[in-house]
Formats: sequence, C-alpha cells, structure tokens
Amino acid sequence: MRKALPLALLMLGSALAGDDSAGRPAPPPAGEERLELPPPPFSEGIFPCSNCHAGMTVNRTRRALTEMHEDVQLRHDEQHRWCLDCHDAADRDWLHLASGERVSFEESYRLCGQCHGEKLRDWRAGVHGRRTGEWNGQKKYLLCAHCHNPHQPRFRPMAPEPAPRPPTRPSGAKAVRP
Amino acid sequence: MSTVRLFARFTTGSLRLVLHGSATYWGWTSALLVLIVSGAFAYARQVQTGLVVTAMRDQVSWGFYIGNFTFLVGVAAAAVVLVIPAYVYDWKPIRQIVVYGELLAVSAIVMCLLFVFVDIGRPDRFWHLFPFVGHLNFPTSLLAWDVLVLNIYFVVNFAVVTHILYRAFTGRPYIKGVVVPLVLLSIPMAVGIHTVTAFLYNGLAARPYWNSSILAPQFLASAFCSGPAILLFLLQLLRRFTRFEIDDEAIWKIAELMAYAMFFNLFLHGAEAFKEYYSDTEHLLYTRYWYQGLGEHRTMVPYAWAAVALNVMAFALFIVPAARRNWVTLNLGCLAIYSGVYIEKGMGLIIPGLTPDTLGDIYEYYPTLAELRVAAGIFAIGFLIFTLMLKVAVPIALGEFRVDREARGRALDQLPLQPS
Amino acid sequence: MTDRDQDGTSPSRREFVSCAAGAAAGFILTACGPKRLFEVPKERLQASLAELERQYRETYGTAVTVAGTPPIPGVQFAYALDISRCIGCRRCVYACVEENNQSRDPQVHWIRVYAMEKEKGVDFQHANPYYDPPQVPEEGHFYVPVQCQQCENPPCTKVCPVGATWKEKDGIVVIDYDWCIGCRYCMAACPYGARHFNWAEPTLPKAELNPNTHYLGNRPRPKGVVEKCTFCIQRTRVGRYPACVEACPVGARKFGNLLDPQSEIRYIIDHKRILVLKEDLNTVPKFFYFYAT
Repeated sequence: MRKALPLALLMLGSALAGDDSAGRPAPPPAGEERLELPPPPFSEGIFPCSNCHAGMTVNRTRRALTEMHEDVQLRHDEQHRWCLDCHDAADRDWLHLASGERVSFEESYRLCGQCHGEKLRDWRAGVHGRRTGEWNGQKKYLLCAHCHNPHQPRFRPMAPEPAPRPPTRPSGAKAVRP
Repeated sequence: MSTVRLFARFTTGSLRLVLHGSATYWGWTSALLVLIVSGAFAYARQVQTGLVVTAMRDQVSWGFYIGNFTFLVGVAAAAVVLVIPAYVYDWKPIRQIVVYGELLAVSAIVMCLLFVFVDIGRPDRFWHLFPFVGHLNFPTSLLAWDVLVLNIYFVVNFAVVTHILYRAFTGRPYIKGVVVPLVLLSIPMAVGIHTVTAFLYNGLAARPYWNSSILAPQFLASAFCSGPAILLFLLQLLRRFTRFEIDDEAIWKIAELMAYAMFFNLFLHGAEAFKEYYSDTEHLLYTRYWYQGLGEHRTMVPYAWAAVALNVMAFALFIVPAARRNWVTLNLGCLAIYSGVYIEKGMGLIIPGLTPDTLGDIYEYYPTLAELRVAAGIFAIGFLIFTLMLKVAVPIALGEFRVDREARGRALDQLPLQPS
Repeated sequence: MTDRDQDGTSPSRREFVSCAAGAAAGFILTACGPKRLFEVPKERLQASLAELERQYRETYGTAVTVAGTPPIPGVQFAYALDISRCIGCRRCVYACVEENNQSRDPQVHWIRVYAMEKEKGVDFQHANPYYDPPQVPEEGHFYVPVQCQQCENPPCTKVCPVGATWKEKDGIVVIDYDWCIGCRYCMAACPYGARHFNWAEPTLPKAELNPNTHYLGNRPRPKGVVEKCTFCIQRTRVGRYPACVEACPVGARKFGNLLDPQSEIRYIIDHKRILVLKEDLNTVPKFFYFYAT
C-alpha cells in the first residue's frame, strides 16, 4: 500500500520528535514512500504514450528511430543503451528498472538513481539540485527531469550575466600613471 | 591683578601679537589662508557628493588621508625626542626649545584629527566616537584606543605648554610638580600613540604587508627621525627672524639623534625586505608591488626608490659630524629626511598594504586633485596654528610678552633687548 | 541617476531634509539612553522602525516595511557552495542585487564570482572576477563566488571603533547603517573583500525597490556607510532561503541550520569534502565550499 507521505514532512516530524534515523538518506524505497513533487515535464501532448503505442507491435531491435521521436538525440551512455533500456517495452506509460520492475514517470528518480546512486542520496538529503522553499520547513523538490533532459542530461553552456565594473577614478578614466 | 584680568590682558596681548607682523609673516599666513579656503571648498564638495570624489574604492579603501594621518602621528610623537634629553638627562641647551617641540606636537595632533575627520564617510556621526555620548568600542578596537590616546596626548601637551607659557607671561616660574610629571608622562605617551597607531595596522591578519611585528618599532624609528626635521627648520628661522638664541650644540645634537633613528629605520626596512625576498612566499607580492611593480602596474615604483634614496642621503648627511654642522647640508638633510619618511610612511605604508587586495584584485590608487586640495588645506591649518602659537610663544620665551609690560602698555618693538 | 519627483523637487534636497530629520530623530532617539538600534528596548525599536518606514515611503513613494525580526533560537546559519557545479553565470549576483536593494550606480555587488583555472586550483592571485566570455563555463575553468563568510571569529567586528557591526545570535554578522561612521576599518580587516562602501549616494530605481526589508539587512542604505551580505536576513529569519540559493540554476548553493542534524548543511559537512577560504587566519567562516562529486 502506498502511503503518500511527503518526505520533507517526515523529516520535520522526526526532527521534532528528536528521532534522527529518518534524517539520514532513506534506504532504497520499496515503493512505500513518495515525495511530493511537481508533475514530470512532459512535452505538450506526448503523454499518455499509450494513446499511440497501445495498438503498436513492439520492435525490440536496437535502431535509430526514423518515423517518430527522431527529435530525441540520445547522448546518455548511448554506446551501451537505447530507448527500451529505460522505457518499458510492454507499456510506454511506464519506465522500468534493471530488474524489470515498472516505475512511473513521477518516480523517475528511482530509475536515474540506479546508476547515479550517489546523486540520488544527495538529492534526497536536499543537497543535489536547485533549492527553493523553506530551510526549516517544507522543502520543494524537483524531479531529475525538471533540470536534466534525460536524453541529454549534460547542461548546455549559457551566457553569463554582465561582469562587475572595475573600479575607476572619479574622472571615469582607468588608473593611469601620474 | 585678578585672574580674569590677567587672562584678558593675555588675550588682548596675544591678539595684538598675532595681528602685527612683517611682510613675510603676512605673506605666509595669507598663503596658508588661501590653501585653507581651497581645502574647505574641496571638502564641501566631498561631503555633498561623497567620498567618490577621491580615488579610493572598495579595493583600496584607505589612501592619502590615512597616509597623512599616520605620518603626522609620527611627527607628534617626535616631540619626545627633545623631551628626553631635556628632562631625563637634564641637558640645558635643549631645555629652552622643548616648548616648541610640544607646540609642534599640538599642531600635528590637530592635523591628525582633521585627517581622520575628512576620511570618514559620515562626518555628521563623528560624535559616535565619544564615550558616554556615543559608543567607543574600547578596548577591542585599536581605532578606539587611538582616539583616546591621541586626545589625551593632545591635552597633556597643550596643558604643559600653555601652563609654562602663561606662567612665563605672568612673570612666574611654572609649577614643577605639575609640569615635570606631565612631561615625563608625555614620553611613554609619545611612544604609546605611535605604537597604538602601528597596532592599528599590525593587528589585521587580512593584510600580510602590515601584519608584521616589525611595524611598531619601524613606526617609532621613522617618527623619531623625521619629526624633529620641522623643528630644526623652525629653530633656524627663529634665530634669523627673532631675538631668539639657541646653542648650535642643541641643533646638532638633535640632528645626531635623528641620524641614529634613521639608521634604525633603514635597518628595519632592510630586515623587512630580507624576510619578504628570501622567504619568497606569496606575501612578497605587496613588497614587490612597492619596489618593482606587478606587471604593468608600476605607479608606486618611482616613489619607492625616491624614498630609499632620500632616506639614505639624509642618513649620510646627519651621521657625518662635518655635514651635520654645515648649515647647507643640515637643511638639505632635513628636507630629505622629511620627504623620504613622508613617502614611505604615508603612501608607502597604505597602498602596498592594500594592493593587490585580499582576493588578488589590483587597482592602482593615487590621490585626486580633490584629495590633494583637502590635504593641503589641513596642512595649512596645522601650520597656521603652529605659526599663531609661535607668534605668542616666542615673545613670551624672550621675555618680551609679559603681563607687567602689558599693564604698562608698551609696544613690543620699543622694548630693549633682553636676555632670555 | 536618482528619479525626480513629479513636481520636479530635486531628490537631493528632499533627501537632505529627510536625512537631517532622520539624523535628528536618530540623535534624539539614541542620545537619550542606549545608542545603537540593537540596544534600544522593544517599544522604542518599533518607533525607530516606524520612523524608518515613514522616511522610505517619502523617498520612494511606496510602502516599505522595515522588520526587526529577531534571531530564531537554536539556529546557527551556515552556507555551502558546490564549486564542482558553479558555472559562473552570475545569476546569484544579480538576484542578490535585486533582493537587497543594492546601489546600481555606483555599482555595488555583494557577491563576486572569481574564474579560476583548473590547473592552478583555488588561487586568488591568478583569479579573474571580470571574466566575460560569450558562454560559461569556459573550458578548463571553474568558478568560486565569494561573499561575506559570516565568520564565527570575525576580524571585522573587532575593529569597528563605534561598535556598529556585530555578530548576531544566529551567526549573521550585521551592520547598523545608522550607527556606522564610514571609517572603513572593517573593510581593511576583512580577508575576503566582503564589505562594500557607499562611495556616493546610492541610486536605486523606485521600480526595482524590494519593499520587504529588515533594518539590519536589505533596507536602502545611505551614502557613506559600509554594507555586505547578511544571508538575506529578511528571508532567512522567516524560514526562507537566501535569494542567491534560489537563483542558482545548477543548484550549487546550499543553506541551512548548523544546529539541526537533519539539515543539508550538516549532511554536506558529514559526507562531502569541504574547504574554507584562508583557513589559517582562524576566522572560522560559516561559508563552506565543497565538491559534491
């Protein structure tokens, strides 16, 4: 039975109760705990996948996609993996772990955490990822996919904000020898 | 005669002394007044616009004003160079001129306080520094210590000198029981004010150039060698323009003491240079900026070597007795020692301490015209105070300005010559 | 330039009047009894804050709140910055400028980001805060943002001659902008270049004013006083994260309560390699740099 208990409230509760066992990163969940998270950042209209895939036959051959989803350029261990290593072949509304266990898109962090276990632990503790919310209360978590494109997770470089102005003398001229 | 009438005679007499003088006197005071007015205007603009009119910025947050302050604290402390031989060793030739040393100390302290005043961002909040009315962070803050000791030193010197002069004016000897303890107190106080000022810089771990134990001794050495230079000029001027008599011995002795102080100053600089260059840590950067520049940043280098040259030249001129006794070389030496120490203790202390800044940023500071005008104005105020005090003190010392003479209403220039 | 009023009154004269009035009010309020705002008893503090709010409303034309939120008991704030993640985008710098009402001209930035070469490591003598490439992160470089380290053993509070800066119970080093005389001794004492001076009248466009202020934090400062990062005291004392933490797009910034064993900060200290700047100076900063990977 899944208890919908926000991890943050759990931590706060245990902090108040003086119990520190829940403060440490939680052991890999057996599906009981669920974090309160914003919905996965699907592209417009792409979900539920079964709308298209329900009637299709499954082709498990590794290949480059040509008819659909060709906009997805996989740059994420693409030497060794392809789409169906993460997406469940039988039901595209789900992802699957290495064991074959299905996970929903709302729990995609469990899938990422299989290889990126350290990041998952850090993320649960609040140390990995963008931090908003309250430091002594409800922390706001995001899914991995909210920042990292699962197909191309590496961040692209961005333009920096303007550099600070170096100090100048009152006349506006830079320091010139007298 | 009652105290009030005595004082009234003193006041009117002083005013008369101050308002009468030769063309040279008026030329000198007028020039000072011009500089004071110019400084006042420049300062008014600074108050209105903010310290942005100076060249100081976050990276170099102290500059010309604080450099001058540091140098002048040294000049104020140097009065003690005269006091020690006069009172501790009871050397008569110098006794007569101690009073002038103390007047110099008073003027120098006034200039110090003015330089601090023009440097702070909120002069309207100056009263925050006063104990009881404001809040003085004593004893934790060295600047709080400095405020206290400078003001106490000022009061001690002012009290001693006005007492001696006023008593002479009234034809009575000064009260030994009051003066001698205060004068003896002023000796450790002189060492104290400059040590406290040195500790101000010394205690900052963030500035490796200053965070060196050698700073306090170095300050004292450079103060004792440079401060009396003004006095030597003054004494020669007094001999030329008034009936003041002073033994050559006294002047030469002061010059000799200055030579020893300069030796110590040079030795300490050498010790500092050795430590920086030999250990060759990253902290060498600050010393290197001063003597060699860093890459294209070389603004201070000519001044650094000028200071070294002037100091060495002054030392040579003062240590050789024949050069000491020749008036040309003596005065040359005074000029050299004053300029040399002014450079290395003013800008030469502040700027390399702050360049590069704590995170490696290099901003080359040198003062703006506004800062120069304000500083010139403050120096002019100091010199004017010194001049006006001397205008009253010298006649008193010569016995020309005395209450009995005042009572008889005789003009000073009708007085016969009197031995002092 | 500061904005002019509709009726064309020059702001400098208004500011002078309100400044003088404020100074007079400050003198009266503080001269009778305790001097600095933090020594003032609660009722009089409220009066002082109300007076400040009134002055700000007059200057900026909008309602400004000046809170006096005290420290939360059992809290010691600490900050952690992941230098394996910072890409030097400076979003934090400008988020701070907006949140904390910093002067636009002369430009005041409480956060300064230093670009360093990976080959040289953390080396401020060869670092560059003025980097301006078309894109960040640059090849072979990493970035170290520096702001007030909120030292446990602050060298700056020792040297203030009038006691205008002190460390609060929750560890934040604060400045009373109405008491500071602008001597800049604290700036000489700070090893991290964290303190900044208002060399001229700060310019803050009315449209960009953040009206939710704290009297020790982000309320608009006058000319001639020192200011610095306060860990967004106006936010953190009511449970929120500092603006820079929320602005960072790569999640390099972490914040929390050192005394809470469950906090991110404690987790980082327990599990990550951390370093502090200029450790040999024994300032004991509460700003930790760490490598998450």
